[in-house]
Amino acid sequence: MDINEIICEENKVYSKPELLDEVHMHYCPGCSHGVVHKLVAEVIAEMGLTDKTVGVSPVGCAVFAYNYIDVDWVEAAHGRAPAVATALSRLWPENVVFTYQGDGDMSAIGTAETIHAANRGENIVMIFVNNAIYGMTGGQMAPTTLVGQKTATTPYGRRVDLNGHPLEITNLMAILDGTCYVTRQSVHTPAAVRKTKACLKKAFENAIAKKGTSVVEVVSTCNSGWKMSPEKANKWMEENMFPKYPLGDLKNK
Amino acid sequence: MSEEVRLMKGNEAIAHAAIRYGCDGYFGYPITPQSEVLETLEELMPWETTGMVVLQAESEVAAINMVYGGAASGKAVMTSSSSPGVSLKQEGISYIAAASLPALILNVMRGGPGLGTIQPSQADYFQAVKGGGHGDYHLIVLAPSTVQEMVDFVGLGFDLAFKYCNPAMILADGIVGQMMEKVVLPEQRPRRTDEEVRQQCPWAANGRKDGRKRNIVTSLELESSRMEVINHELQARYREIEKNETRWEEIGVEDADYLLIAFGSIARICAKAQEMAAEKGVKVGIVRPITLWPFPTEAIAKAAEGKKGILVVELNAGQMIEDVRLAVHDRLPVEHFGRMGGIIPSPDEVLEALENKIINR
Amino acid sequence: MKEEIIIAGFGGQGVLSMGKILAYSGLMDDKEVTWMPSYGPEQRGGTANVTVILSDDKISSPVLDRYDVVIALNQQSLDKFAPKVKEGGMLIYDTNGIHKHPVREDIKIYPINAMEATLELGNSKAYNMVVMGALLEAMEYKLPMENVIKGLKKSLPERHHKLIPLNQQAIEKGRTLL
Repeated sequence: MDINEIICEENKVYSKPELLDEVHMHYCPGCSHGVVHKLVAEVIAEMGLTDKTVGVSPVGCAVFAYNYIDVDWVEAAHGRAPAVATALSRLWPENVVFTYQGDGDMSAIGTAETIHAANRGENIVMIFVNNAIYGMTGGQMAPTTLVGQKTATTPYGRRVDLNGHPLEITNLMAILDGTCYVTRQSVHTPAAVRKTKACLKKAFENAIAKKGTSVVEVVSTCNSGWKMSPEKANKWMEENMFPKYPLGDLKNK
Repeated sequence: MSEEVRLMKGNEAIAHAAIRYGCDGYFGYPITPQSEVLETLEELMPWETTGMVVLQAESEVAAINMVYGGAASGKAVMTSSSSPGVSLKQEGISYIAAASLPALILNVMRGGPGLGTIQPSQADYFQAVKGGGHGDYHLIVLAPSTVQEMVDFVGLGFDLAFKYCNPAMILADGIVGQMMEKVVLPEQRPRRTDEEVRQQCPWAANGRKDGRKRNIVTSLELESSRMEVINHELQARYREIEKNETRWEEIGVEDADYLLIAFGSIARICAKAQEMAAEKGVKVGIVRPITLWPFPTEAIAKAAEGKKGILVVELNAGQMIEDVRLAVHDRLPVEHFGRMGGIIPSPDEVLEALENKIINR
Repeated sequence: MKEEIIIAGFGGQGVLSMGKILAYSGLMDDKEVTWMPSYGPEQRGGTANVTVILSDDKISSPVLDRYDVVIALNQQSLDKFAPKVKEGGMLIYDTNGIHKHPVREDIKIYPINAMEATLELGNSKAYNMVVMGALLEAMEYKLPMENVIKGLKKSLPERHHKLIPLNQQAIEKGRTLL
């Protein structure tokens, strides 16, 4: 059978979201970022927010998010995305502003900006990809790195006496009066992907309704940093990450 | 609000001037001796009148990044702080300069280094004009010597920032921040509408209205050949600013035998010393750089022609003097007189220093 | 016309606000004015002071080392600023609590008992206006009272405007102290 006979509308099972650009992503094969990007692009388009959405990209693996999703973007300094988003949202209250941050950006260098933007109840969406490691810089420890987890800066495994405890920043955000919706999800199965998409949609709805800050944490894999195959990384995440970072809504008001 | 004559502190004047200019947003964190800026804005509640956003941030770092975000969306935004706080803002300032964004930053300098003192100083000259943050960039630096100039430079600073898509800084000292003088406040200008912002700043990230191509505001470029081009573009803009925007004031330079060179309120102390010198029959001229960057190099070289010596007076250990020396090379003696740590020299001290270091050297 | 004045005393004596009212009154009289405080806690040996300059012409330095008029409201201020009165200038000081009086032949010295006068008025908050009355009387530059009232109105918040007659009374009382 000729290939061109196969490529036809009735055989289509999947199509690229219209807001996702025709470029090769720089993410490693197996990385969760690509899936989260796709969901963000789908949600924005489906909600008709293309002309009023501004994204704030972080420093970390997602620094180039602005090259992949076809909305306006501001690239923030490391950790400062919530401060940048605060001004973008306050000065353009009709717009919808989201940050897209990793564990270093949100829970290490940007902790102050994260907590205070959420505490002020800025009407923004904060998307937090937590893969428990610094991918961009070559696999160093993150605040969310698990006890015993090996990274470039914890070559013998994270030790509580030396490095402290894994930081559950999302739990912290859930206790703040400024947040209206805090949830922790994953994208490692089709069901989880669908669930996360629904959560993102809710978060964007909250921003439009000016209900306060919404936080969507996506517990993710970094198979390169973890030095595992994508499949093994998914399994490792289920067995090790989920007990520490259990999935589900932490707050929904 | 129409034009109005008032008596107010320099810091209060900044707040009034920002509102009347039609500033869209102020983001700041309290620090002496400039907290009156935020206090006055909160008291005036401009969000009820012009719609200006005023926000007390959690830190100077957050405040400058709010300015970065606001500027990236095309709005006229500003922050203010004093020396230790301005050090914290340097990363954000570098990003704003690199991303070619208009913004206004006020530094009401206090004595340092470190936590230092809350008294007046001019020790952040190097930080303001030579970089401060990382990378090859320049701020347009305006040095006010009167409360009226505090008002005027808010407008001038924003105008230049938007004209060149480059951050501007008002480098004031504690004297001009804390003193009260007569000021004429300009008429209230309406804030630009969102539509006007979109037209004026087609590069801004504020939503892909009417299906336009997306705007990305970033300072990141990993491809070195492109990053060098960006640097060349920045440098070309700096040359343009140097050509068009260098400002300075001269008082009694032509007939003078000696020059006093000072910026900000110290130039006024020098003006008093000049009056006292005239009573003794000593002819002294003053050159006051108004833009510290771009520095009035040629003006100083010209003013120095035929003079017997220059005394540079600063509230620091000798910073601007380097630029004065570069301007006049070694054609005449150039000496420095400075007080530090928050001490303000009296006009008598300035005259005495001129006599000891230059006239009777 | 140019009057270079420094007012110095303890923080709570209303030094800064007297300077502000004086400066505003000058402004209402179409003068150029500057008001430069020593700011922050416990400046210069525990005294608060403010330099006020009133002038027909543009004012150069807002910071001075010698003054046409020194008003000293405690011993420390008197010790510090009495030597800084220009030759032919004037020194006004409150005698209350002063144990070491100034001796200078080349200036006019006006010891006043402003504290006692204030107590007679029955309102201790009017102290600085009593002192201002003495200053207005002593200065060569005659600031019209109507402009002083305007200055008071400008410097006091609206809710305190009912106190203006009391302030005026204090100023008139101060005028009699020289």
